[in-house]
Amino acid sequence: MSDVTIPGPRREEVNRAGRFLFGAGIALLVLWVLVPIWFLFVNALSAPSEVTGFPKRFWPSFDLASVRFFWNFQGVTNALWNSIKVAVLTMILSIGMGAPAGYALSRFDFPGKEFFRVLVIMTRAFPLPLLALPLAVMFIRTGLDDTVLGLALVHAMLALPFAVLITFSLFSGIPVELEEAAWTLGCTRLQAFVKVVLPLALPGIAASAVFAFVISWNEVFAAAVLTIENRTLTAFLLQSLNVSPLPLKFAGGAALVLPALIFIFAVRKYLFAMWGIANR
Amino acid sequence: MNRALPYLLLLPASLFLLVFFFYPFGLVVVESLTRGGEWTTENFTRMTGHWKFSTAFWNTIWLTAIVVPVQLIMALAMASVVQKLKTGRAGLLYIFAIPLGISDLAAGLVWLAIFEQSGFLNSILHAFGVIDRPQLYLGYQSLWVIFLAVCLAEIWRATAIMMVIIVAGMGLIPKEYNEAAEVFGASAWQRFTRVTLPLLRPSLQTALILRILMAFEVFAVVMALGGTTLPVLMGETFQWQFQLQDRGVAAAYAMVILGLSVAFSLVVLRLLHVPKGARI
Amino acid sequence: MAEIVIKGVAKQFGAFTALHSVDLTIADQEFMVLLGASGCGKTTLLRIIAGLEAPSQGEVWIGGRRVDHLPPRARGIAMVFQNYAVFPHLTVFENIAFGLRMANMPQAEVERRVTRTAELMHIGQLLKRYSGELSGGQRQRVAVARALAMEPDVILMDEPLSNLDALLRLEMRAELKGVLAQSKTTTIYVTHDQVEAMSLADRISVMNGGYIVQADRPTEVYRNPAARFVGSFIGNPPMNFLPASPDGAGRWRVAGRVFDGPHAEAAEFAIRPEDLQAASDGLNAEVRVVEPLGPHTLITAEVAGQPFRAVLESDRQVAPGDVITLAPVPDRIRWFDPETHKAIA
Repeated sequence: MSDVTIPGPRREEVNRAGRFLFGAGIALLVLWVLVPIWFLFVNALSAPSEVTGFPKRFWPSFDLASVRFFWNFQGVTNALWNSIKVAVLTMILSIGMGAPAGYALSRFDFPGKEFFRVLVIMTRAFPLPLLALPLAVMFIRTGLDDTVLGLALVHAMLALPFAVLITFSLFSGIPVELEEAAWTLGCTRLQAFVKVVLPLALPGIAASAVFAFVISWNEVFAAAVLTIENRTLTAFLLQSLNVSPLPLKFAGGAALVLPALIFIFAVRKYLFAMWGIANR
Repeated sequence: MNRALPYLLLLPASLFLLVFFFYPFGLVVVESLTRGGEWTTENFTRMTGHWKFSTAFWNTIWLTAIVVPVQLIMALAMASVVQKLKTGRAGLLYIFAIPLGISDLAAGLVWLAIFEQSGFLNSILHAFGVIDRPQLYLGYQSLWVIFLAVCLAEIWRATAIMMVIIVAGMGLIPKEYNEAAEVFGASAWQRFTRVTLPLLRPSLQTALILRILMAFEVFAVVMALGGTTLPVLMGETFQWQFQLQDRGVAAAYAMVILGLSVAFSLVVLRLLHVPKGARI
Repeated sequence: MAEIVIKGVAKQFGAFTALHSVDLTIADQEFMVLLGASGCGKTTLLRIIAGLEAPSQGEVWIGGRRVDHLPPRARGIAMVFQNYAVFPHLTVFENIAFGLRMANMPQAEVERRVTRTAELMHIGQLLKRYSGELSGGQRQRVAVARALAMEPDVILMDEPLSNLDALLRLEMRAELKGVLAQSKTTTIYVTHDQVEAMSLADRISVMNGGYIVQADRPTEVYRNPAARFVGSFIGNPPMNFLPASPDGAGRWRVAGRVFDGPHAEAAEFAIRPEDLQAASDGLNAEVRVVEPLGPHTLITAEVAGQPFRAVLESDRQVAPGDVITLAPVPDRIRWFDPETHKAIA
């Protein structure tokens, strides 16, 4: 043992240098993530003249003129409201259909189970936003074109595989014995689900619902293809990229980013649990 | 009743997949192969005949080829750093995960704030005295800068998703394997390449497939940073569908993206195949 | 009154047969232990009785009522699970009260029963805690109290002590025996631990490969195994077996010695290691391993080329390589049919 021990001081130096590099690396990565967002918010919280001015300050002037300009711009509030409506609908649709499927996969063994599971996983190998193209035609025929529901259906298709896989793992994480114990203590299957499984799964289900919300909130392509009058915020910003002034773009960008920041913070505990099992 | 229950639970999700996944994809295939109600390959000849096609194709491929490997390395580095950390882990993970919630459009706008003429890059260079007048970066004269900006924005935005999947995967690897390797004399680097990486294959599969698919779908980032100056496949699909109102050619583009996605998914599955008995 | 009758119960999982047509009757207030190695079908049988698994064939009767088509809640049973299944989102009180509340019992009665069973299981001071704040042993007590609070006709226990450490298991075992005897319920208890089975059971059903091989009082199962498997599974160390060749009517030659035995075509000689005495006349055994265990010494030897164990007084000096002579106690010798592996009377 003694012949491999590096003399005390030198090892300490190496350690200190290592720790410094490690810390510097972390700091660099943190700056890499945060600084661009900071710049966006500096722009959003400065007056339009500052946004287009040069050189720029690296600190916002907290002049809300850009935000007001954005808020009062023709169609913005409407788009914002549409985005929220579509995202909420997406959340309800994807969890409403995904959670029962996830529960069935986690609790039952039945012919066709593996087929369904592979099917769901397989959808991830397809560029789902492209679905908007054929659905645009289908929606015109059914009157769903340019509606909040129509877009929400497409977004629900984007979010459904995740909802199924995430709830599958959530329910799998709740021991079957808890449910069985409830049955032996007088519960029907439904009662056991409501009294035992649901309270335990609820935070996780809420997290996956938030995730579905974010998927819809952020989606650009399908939203741009499927809406004309009832644009969501992303579609609105995309369609007006060539014509809108910079302050509008940046305030809009900030409006897109802010809820995402909050939501990711809200579900941060579940992010890793959700993705861990989405692997299988 | 009990035997039918799992199928009843799967029914909504299955029907939904049928109507909003299989049926529309069938429609795309048909639409790409028909014109005016007749079977033809004209959509494909029109697509490949257009001068933008090969640029869009190769731009997409190059973008993927550059961005994905960089992201894989960064994600692995971030995950390893986080794994080593004893304090502040949760906070750091949250910061690293933030871009996960940011849409590609917002990411494009974030980097637009940096690269536009009155943007922060010019302001920084000015502050350091490198330039005295703002430079135009995102013009059609300097396509490679647009390309670089898109690369940076993509790396910035979508590394988080790989990082989260990899962190989740690392969490599934029992510490004992690394400790055993250490006892048998493996250095930190050897432990990483010979124990962690091979055991991480399922997570790497998921991460790479998801990420490569997202790379083929790149759209809003490019629109935000370069408009249509830098053509990519998804952008062209959008143009044909929306501006040129030619759904046949748009469907042909969709088939190209679909084909690339499926092909690369299969390649990743094959390369990172884990035999059934060799999983954790 | 809750006699349990199992008639021809079988269970297949796909191509795998977990239970082959099992028949068993458990008397009212009897303590029946299902004993066997993992995969023998004991847990499947218990789960079929509980209603957590549907039998592929056969009938289950509890208290004169056919129950195999009823859900668990309608069978008048309570169950204690291997991992306790204490609800993590409820306090200990609410866990114990869970079944009572499902039965719409008035609050006063719920409180009375919870308090009483909690006292009985010595967890009266834990009622406000959550499962996460309890030790394994405490969770175990909550699980048992939750079952007892139902005052069920039948309590089913699936390896309830297997997750506890050795000392705690010993303590809980004695306590369970007392509590269950008091409660006057019929108990079915699944375990793979033969000592647990011997100490708790009124009767033991030894299971192997989806069959009940023997169902009898513990001493019977130990002394008179109905099959070779029972002898080799129960007892630590297990029974010794030696081939025997006929040597005239009712006489058998075993390792060069002649013993009185059954009148049969063929037979296998069996003796428990503790039923051997070091004597001047007996089986010649070459000692391989000597393990002093305190009260006695365990010898692993070779007799006629077969491994052979003996439990000897600890004051005997034996060393590996010694050749000793072991005399079987005559009335403890058992004989098995080498074909069917069943005991020959």
